[in-house]
Amino acid sequence: MAGAAALLLLADGRFPAGGHAHSQGAEAAVKAGRVHDAATLEEFCRGRLHTAGLTAAALAAAAAAGHDPLALDEAADARTPSPALRRTARKLGRQLMRAARATWPGPELDELAAARPQGVHQPVVLGLAARSAGLGPLEAAQAAAYDNVSGPATAAVRLLSLDPFHATAVLARLTPETDEVARRAGTAGSGAVEDLPAASAPLLEITAEQHATWPVRLFAS
Amino acid sequence: MDGAGGCDGMTAPATGVSARARIRAVPDGRGGTALPSLAGGGPVALRRTRSADPAAARVTLVGAMSAPLGGDRIVIEARAEPGAALRVDGSAATLALPGRTAEPARYDVHLQVGEGGRLHWLPEPLISVRGSELRQHLSAELSPGARLVLRDEQVLGRAGEESGRLCTRLSVRRGGRPLLDQQLDFGPGAPGWDGGAVLGGHRAVGQLLVVGPERAQEPLPARVLGDSAVVTPLAGPGVLVTAVAPDALRLRRVLDSALTFTSW
Repeated sequence: MAGAAALLLLADGRFPAGGHAHSQGAEAAVKAGRVHDAATLEEFCRGRLHTAGLTAAALAAAAAAGHDPLALDEAADARTPSPALRRTARKLGRQLMRAARATWPGPELDELAAARPQGVHQPVVLGLAARSAGLGPLEAAQAAAYDNVSGPATAAVRLLSLDPFHATAVLARLTPETDEVARRAGTAGSGAVEDLPAASAPLLEITAEQHATWPVRLFAS
Repeated sequence: MDGAGGCDGMTAPATGVSARARIRAVPDGRGGTALPSLAGGGPVALRRTRSADPAAARVTLVGAMSAPLGGDRIVIEARAEPGAALRVDGSAATLALPGRTAEPARYDVHLQVGEGGRLHWLPEPLISVRGSELRQHLSAELSPGARLVLRDEQVLGRAGEESGRLCTRLSVRRGGRPLLDQQLDFGPGAPGWDGGAVLGGHRAVGQLLVVGPERAQEPLPARVLGDSAVVTPLAGPGVLVTAVAPDALRLRRVLDSALTFTSW
């Protein structure tokens, strides 16, 4: 695969874009008792992958395919009713933008950063970063889909003192579905913006607002 | 859309009932609203009922036969022209039932509200019966000065019953721009739907959307309602209440409580 090393770099949890500070809903799910072991973590990640993950991956694929990033940011807003999740997405978008402009500089990233200094939804920036790195829509979708499961799984290790081997085994069991979601998102990313997937998860929306009100928490979201 | 896992995209001819119902509301010139078009179709009968609001026309959806069954294709179009006020409610819950074919049922609702118009779309819940498969698309096109209150409640299985498959897309555009786009997919074959990210064992889920130009001036703050519902101001002039509950009764209680302070 062309660009495999660039994809590994972009999807690496050590890529300095601040994602490690976010549990992607896992912290609230652990507190509510809905995630308490490897099996419930797997169902959480599976649900996230096929809802928010699919939607994010399709936005990333569409940005990588060259769709107008501002139209995609608007589409992302319409797909994100929770203001807490919109704030988080833009904050992560700003952080990723800084990292991406340093690692794969390009005029499209510069233009978007200038047009939206307050930040753009993270999946849109991820797609544009992939494009700047010479990657295509499928690779952008793969990075986004993987991020949507690896983030909560990594967080769960800290939140539950879960054995890291078990958390990694969850991700391994999800690889066929992660690939499938990325494939569907990659295909959808080449179509019209209004037809992009809008899969959503009620509990992720509800608990994101609850989590934002907690005075003490381990993760930012 | 199907390639992306959407609720849309099935273009094969319906193997069951194919029906279209239409409602069109216009100002009657005397401060009220007239219904120049009120046409039921197939399993959907429409009745003009008494409105508590003298400015509004009220229409009640009445199920005229068991539907939607697998393979059915039902379309309802409701349009409030500029300045008209229309309230649509339902006489009873709608049951999505298995059909004689493996084909899913389709239920499409298209709403349009013109400048200064208002539409309340408040049907009774949709109950997904074991073995059924329904794809629902609720779409709304709003003028910038239009107002909309939309309630969508889904109950996954009758009491103590497994859920059918229920996929719903809710897409709302205002002034031609996307305001809200959400898709829910529950039941057998929808991966992870009952896990801790999506429903976590709840069997009723609902959304209440309130859109109006006044929300552009004074957006509501986000608000948590207990441990299973939230009021969220959208990026545009609207607010969405999202709730999950163990059953339809408790779901309605939460949405009704939210209606009192979200509505215009």
